[in-house]
Amino acid sequence: MPDLLIELFSEEIPARMQGAAREALKKLVTDGLVEAGLTYSGAGTFSTPRRLVLALEGLSSESRPTREERKGPRTDAPQAAIDGFLRSTGLSLDQLEKRADKKAEVWFAVVEKPGRAAAEIIAEVLEAAIRNFPWPKSMRWGTGSLRWVRPLHSILCILHDEAGATVVPLSVDGIPSGDTTEGHRFMGPGRFAVTSFEDYAAKLRRAKVMLDQAEREEAIAHGAKNLTFAAGLEVVEDRALLTEIAGLVEWPVPLMGQIPEAFLGLPPEVLQTSMREHQKFFSARNPKTGRIEAFLTVANIETPDDGATILAGNLKVLTARLSDARFFWENDLRVAKAGMQEWAEGLTHVTFQSKLGSQSDRIARIASLAREIAPLVGADPDQAEHAARLAKLDLRSAMVGEFPELQGVMGRYYALQAGEPEAVANAARDHYSPLGPSDAVPSEPVSVAVALADKLDTLTGFWAIDEKPTGSKDPFALRRAALGVIRLVLGNDINLSLTKLFRTALGDYDYRTARHDSLSRGASADEMKIFSGSLEGWIRPAHDEDVASLLAFFHDRLKVFLKDQGIRHDVIDACLAMPGSDDLALLVKRATALSDTLKTEDGKNLLQGYKRANNILTQAEEKDGVEYSFGPDPKLAETDEERALFAALDQAEAKITPAMQAEDFATAMQAMAALRGPIDAFFDTIQINTDNQIIRRNRLNLLHRIRAICSGTADLTKVEG
Amino acid sequence: MAQNSANQAADQGTTTPRSFQEIILRLQNYWADKGCAVLQPYDMEVGAGTFHPATTLRSLGTKPWAAAYVQPSRRPTDGRYGENPNRLQHYYQYQVIIKPSPANLQELYLGSLKAIGIDLGLHDIRFVEDDWESPTLGAWGLGWEVWCDGMEVSQFTYFQQVGGHDCKPVSGELTYGLERLAMYVMNVGHVMDMPFNNPDAPIPLTYGDIFRQTEEEYSRHNFDGATTEMLFRHFEDAEAECQRLLDFPPQDPKTGKTIIMAHPAYDQTIKASHLFNLLDARGVISVTERQAYIGRVRALAKKCADAFRQTEAGRDAEMTAETTA
Repeated sequence: MPDLLIELFSEEIPARMQGAAREALKKLVTDGLVEAGLTYSGAGTFSTPRRLVLALEGLSSESRPTREERKGPRTDAPQAAIDGFLRSTGLSLDQLEKRADKKAEVWFAVVEKPGRAAAEIIAEVLEAAIRNFPWPKSMRWGTGSLRWVRPLHSILCILHDEAGATVVPLSVDGIPSGDTTEGHRFMGPGRFAVTSFEDYAAKLRRAKVMLDQAEREEAIAHGAKNLTFAAGLEVVEDRALLTEIAGLVEWPVPLMGQIPEAFLGLPPEVLQTSMREHQKFFSARNPKTGRIEAFLTVANIETPDDGATILAGNLKVLTARLSDARFFWENDLRVAKAGMQEWAEGLTHVTFQSKLGSQSDRIARIASLAREIAPLVGADPDQAEHAARLAKLDLRSAMVGEFPELQGVMGRYYALQAGEPEAVANAARDHYSPLGPSDAVPSEPVSVAVALADKLDTLTGFWAIDEKPTGSKDPFALRRAALGVIRLVLGNDINLSLTKLFRTALGDYDYRTARHDSLSRGASADEMKIFSGSLEGWIRPAHDEDVASLLAFFHDRLKVFLKDQGIRHDVIDACLAMPGSDDLALLVKRATALSDTLKTEDGKNLLQGYKRANNILTQAEEKDGVEYSFGPDPKLAETDEERALFAALDQAEAKITPAMQAEDFATAMQAMAALRGPIDAFFDTIQINTDNQIIRRNRLNLLHRIRAICSGTADLTKVEG
Repeated sequence: MAQNSANQAADQGTTTPRSFQEIILRLQNYWADKGCAVLQPYDMEVGAGTFHPATTLRSLGTKPWAAAYVQPSRRPTDGRYGENPNRLQHYYQYQVIIKPSPANLQELYLGSLKAIGIDLGLHDIRFVEDDWESPTLGAWGLGWEVWCDGMEVSQFTYFQQVGGHDCKPVSGELTYGLERLAMYVMNVGHVMDMPFNNPDAPIPLTYGDIFRQTEEEYSRHNFDGATTEMLFRHFEDAEAECQRLLDFPPQDPKTGKTIIMAHPAYDQTIKASHLFNLLDARGVISVTERQAYIGRVRALAKKCADAFRQTEAGRDAEMTAETTA
């Protein structure tokens, strides 16, 4: 059983693409080999900036011979059919076999393929893999037509066992395979040959290449920890950066430098962002003060001066960058301390979306919506409105202009500088949240009010101008906004009517339209042009359609969200049919209770009993053309089981009605599930359709009570099973 | 013997240059040595070395090409009145363009760093992903920004498309930001303090001696001085003229030759592009109009590329072979 080693050696592969490329190489090659009848016992993939590597262990040395039989047309079939069969099998008539099949004689083709040598198969599979490689972006170079992520220079492809190594011969677009590679660009000895994976990895290490990306990550993390520990600092963890850097170096050499004193007053987020985005530096924090005091860079080379020159160069670049940052910070502080009026003014000139007006129009809408929402979430309306007016002003700050990812974070700093209370400042920072599924949900009332208003304004706005997400297209991240609302409402257990808020927010768009007219009269010629072209298109008086489709959109997002929490679609559908389904917290409480109930034995059986009652009743109602909603009379009950059901229904109703009023769905559903026994006993012993029409009607009316009581909790007909 | 001279060259290379012009001269010598035609700057206002027809137009078609040149470049919005240590509205790029891109282009490039005094055993050189796109030229390519100790010193691109045409073969393009690179190599903190000629010359001149005043003058011009109505008019004129030149029938009645005026038309594209940059600096182009203007320049660039592909210099070799056969 030989082992296979493949190395595709190229110019620098972008770090962000290496992970997917390793997986793709493994999949393309192993799938191809297995499909061709080879087996292997283990696979390993590796990458460095300049190489993509696959090592397979225990590969079969040749593929199994295969024998395939195919049944063809009858021997007396028209010639055209037989010719077609010959074409599809690639055989001639004398190679076919006649066989008896049921009543007729049929042509059979037996295609036997002998086993093929592994090398032959590998050559084909690897060439196909290289030619069809799924790079997110690929290029040509020189005079060639091959596409690769960057110019591909050599292909190492060897099969090796105890007896030695042999090159698998192949050639792709003029690049022949071989058994040689190169080490580190500056510290390596030039090209060398290898005889096995172990030999390859060992020689690379001598040539200053750490092949395994995980080992490089480990080396960086470890080195950084040692350097910072010695200085009494700690590394600010950043997984994504660690992976990226491991993809930028073949021989990681972490180096630590001090951030010049002059910049230590900058907010830690600014230091960290500037260093990470521009320089790919890690930040080192003083655990005592929480300040970022040093940086860690990872060089790709060992130098005679132990990195002194490299560190000095990096420090120089850092100094220039941080000088810019400090310049922005100081300028911004001046505006912030003056109350940020300059930024508010500036946002009137920034378009949010051509049909939805400027950023300041948007802020005005969010502020009035935040005011509406405030009482629902326990926030002071004045404070919520005020916070919403300030929350996005940092978009005009120089710092956010340079680092858009610091929006909100800077807003908080600037609001505090402007003398605003913590609650208002925190709303500036937190109102964008939650952004991703792992992002925390704000819980301070003012932040929640502004966060909800922000997202609801975005959603209703894009609904109003008919820019809804379609299929995979969601350029304005409206799905994320809706999920944000869902998480805010559920996370804080807020009861609010979405429909009402949609109407308020959508109403604001008509109001806005009127204001636009007066605005544009005083606007410059340029702005007139922007507005006049688009105004007519988005004035739409009726909102009923928008409200309904937006609520449906929320319900869809909610289903996706609850599916991850183990609540099924059909369970949610059963609850959507109930009143108050635009109150998501209520809806989820109901769905959770129903879902829990349906997981119990009683719940499952009750569902069956309910469906049986409902089916019989529906059929009878259809047949008789009447509705059996007249109250059943207990006096007409004939058996103990029937009487027991009457009693149980009375009991259940006495529990369910107040529980439902108190929105205590769990109690209501438990009471409902408790009906399981009496209902089952009733059906086991009683015949509904008796000859006595009075008894029959009474029993159908009894079934109606079951239906009425149960469907007060949820529409159980929607539940599957 | 050969070994010796290589070592000497290397030794000479690793000495630190003492002036801005010495860095330019070393690059000129290096690339001349590697077989490039050392061209002179294009005599028009451009935003980057890529706009020189020696790059834009010559990267089209199959004819081999190798050129290196300094290109004065103007970015009106970057004016800082000569005060910013490393931002200028007029600066120099060093540009190398080789078609087809040679297999050892990275090594050649690293050799050029050595030639200007960067010791590759002492510094950390990195090729960091950076895809290049020029919306005004309808061009894109893949490559890297090259980092030296964390500082971007060059742009390295394999052209894939220019003027909407696939580049076949592919050209390799190197762009060095000369001021920044020189400041780094010579350890200068403010661009205006950088020695331009030999600091020991009888009349030593710094970059500031030569450019401080012009940076002030042009900054004022770019932000406040230039007459926008005139610039708008000139933009329209350049656009119209470009189209008019390309509309001429290929046959020149006077000489009887086929003469397509691809280069004169392209000059008008360059003009339109620079006029747009000036209007942008004057702040009179709104966000929505911006895209439209860029689109208009790109349309011109594409037409010029189409025209150039019909000329002797831009035609595919196979096509020529067929016509002669």
